[in-house]
Amino acid sequence: MKAEAKLGFVLLLTPLLLWLVLLIFIPHIDMFLVSLRERVGVGKYETSLANYLTFFREPLYLWTFLRTAVMSTVATAITLLIAFPVSYYIAKIAKGRMQSALFLLCLIPFYVSELVRTFGWMILLRETGLVSNLLQWSGLVDQPVEMLYNDAAIMVGLVYTSMLFMVVPLVTTLESLDDSVIEAGYDLGGNAFSVMREIVIPHAAPGIVSGCIVVFMLSLGNYLTPTMLGGKDSLWFTQLIYSQFIVRFNWELGAAFGFMLLFLSSVIVWGMLRLTGQTLEKTMG
Amino acid sequence: MTPDLECVDLIRRFGETTAVDNVSFEVPAGSFFSILGPSGCGKTTIMRMIAGFLDPTSGDIRIKGKSMAGVAPNKRPVNMVFQHLALFPMMNIADNIGYGLRRKGMARAEIARKVDEALERIGLPGIGKRKVDELSGGQKQRVAIARCMVMEPDVLLLDEPLGALDLKLREHMKIELKALQAAFDTTFVYITHDQSEALVMSDQIAVMNKGVFEQVGTARELYYRPESAFVAGFVGDSNRWRGRIERIEGGEMEMRTESGLSMRGALHGRQLSAGDTADIFVRPEAIRVARSETELASFDNRISGTVSSLLFNGAASRVLVQGGDGGEQIEVTLPQSGEYATLSKGDPVHIGWSGEQGNCFPAGAA
Ligand SMILES: Nc1ncnc2c1ncn2[C@@H]1O[C@H](COP(=O)(O)OP(=O)(O)OP(=O)(O)O)[C@@H](O)[C@H]1O
Ligand SMILES: [Mg+2]
Repeated sequence: MKAEAKLGFVLLLTPLLLWLVLLIFIPHIDMFLVSLRERVGVGKYETSLANYLTFFREPLYLWTFLRTAVMSTVATAITLLIAFPVSYYIAKIAKGRMQSALFLLCLIPFYVSELVRTFGWMILLRETGLVSNLLQWSGLVDQPVEMLYNDAAIMVGLVYTSMLFMVVPLVTTLESLDDSVIEAGYDLGGNAFSVMREIVIPHAAPGIVSGCIVVFMLSLGNYLTPTMLGGKDSLWFTQLIYSQFIVRFNWELGAAFGFMLLFLSSVIVWGMLRLTGQTLEKTMG
Repeated sequence: MTPDLECVDLIRRFGETTAVDNVSFEVPAGSFFSILGPSGCGKTTIMRMIAGFLDPTSGDIRIKGKSMAGVAPNKRPVNMVFQHLALFPMMNIADNIGYGLRRKGMARAEIARKVDEALERIGLPGIGKRKVDELSGGQKQRVAIARCMVMEPDVLLLDEPLGALDLKLREHMKIELKALQAAFDTTFVYITHDQSEALVMSDQIAVMNKGVFEQVGTARELYYRPESAFVAGFVGDSNRWRGRIERIEGGEMEMRTESGLSMRGALHGRQLSAGDTADIFVRPEAIRVARSETELASFDNRISGTVSSLLFNGAASRVLVQGGDGGEQIEVTLPQSGEYATLSKGDPVHIGWSGEQGNCFPAGAA
């Protein structure tokens, strides 16, 4: 009986373990080893930290990373600001079929591939695009305006792509807040602002944190949106990694960049958690 | 003196359904008023209108003489203990109790003092630092009441606050609630579907059914002088027969039940005439049990039969008696003097009650 249970446990766990080992651990270990190699001659390598030193020595790399991190943080903040009222409406104000319909509406854009979605923004924002034409037609501008290839366009794309990943955890946590707790807040003299600040937001904190982590990580690691909406030289960190691997064929430096991204983003997330007094356990529980 | 709470011709509709239908009542200051009714009769709807979470379709609510029409929930001098308590899980106990005071903008030291005082009052000193889920059901209950009481409301509303507790604790909390009401000296409006809660604690009880108040009165009045068949059937246990009235004499009447028993009852001023179909209600404790028929000579309703089952329940033990000539089983409370301790299933018994104890209502009213 006991052996059977054990076997069942092992069988159930196997896919997860396979996934973790084959697709996460092994490639990362290999990448890490690659990142520690330094090319000293044709086909000759030595173990050193030279690739990591390059990252810190070259200001462009550091600046690109900082820029990516700051933009991702801003994108996360904007996403949260937009998603919170939307989620609150879906979870607490809309009832019955309206609720499911609204939730579905948030989901629909994700039925389309990211490429097509981003291309949609390009159609709207490019020089000969819809918005430009509309502005000309209304007489607000007298020549075509290019709205692509700037930071605002990247931001719009990032926020748009991330929205669902913020709405889902927020709706879930907000739904678990009993209506009568909110009513009790009002009953005891609270107004909309104080009920929000003292009751709703503390309750939703785990959802806010997990949504923010996901959105931040997705933005940081996004390649398609910054490249398409911001242009090839929009200085997004993933573009650096891509060009080292694919264009320069410098796998060693590319791997080191990859690890820096992993390491630095973890540090940022950890720092943010500390700053807001949240823990990962609370978020997962 | 103006009553603390006054509802005038209160009506609330949800689309087609009328949840509260023309309800008027007054609650004098410092009293314990209960609304008792079956599930779905509109109790919570009344409560939510008083608290301000629902607007009445028509009618007025006055608290200490002031109309509450258009006053937001956070501006009303009433507080509510919710059915599932609705303590704030993100705060500790002291912050829960102090929440309302913070909203009033009271100074910190003053809040701390009041919170300690309230914890003392509910018999839980020193638990201020604990989290909500570190309390037992009964303790949470008391905290929920304290959280409202520090606000010193004119009226405290309680929506089935004991519903989530187990039976033993419920019995205990009944007494405790009554004591808390006396300690805080506040007007309580209490809703429940549990009649024993209402009967034990209340100064006045309103029995509610399908959105209307059937009767408002003290526990005694409801129990001994129900004014409608619904109240007679809902408050306390009753044996109930339906039949046709054969004769009316002054305040008394005689009827023949559907199973063929002849029975006498009192009208207590209700309009009934011979030939009407009527329901008659007789409480189990109004019926006497005897081993010989002669002991029951003074009663005008007498039935001989056998014990068909014994329902032992300590002091509230009863027997079901099957009448000799068929018909329904009759529930009879056993006297606790011990003489019937040996009674067992199948024993012949005689039962009787005076016509005065039978409450008669026109049939179909409930
Ligand atoms: N928001 C609403 N929309 C539509 N109908 C409602 C709404 N709230 C209550 N009702 C209806 O009004 C009636 C009374 O409901 P209410 O909640 O007041 O019952 P209650 O007496 O508190 O019952 P319980 O003892 O089960 O809590 C019910 O028939 C209910 O279906
Ligand atoms: Mg209710």
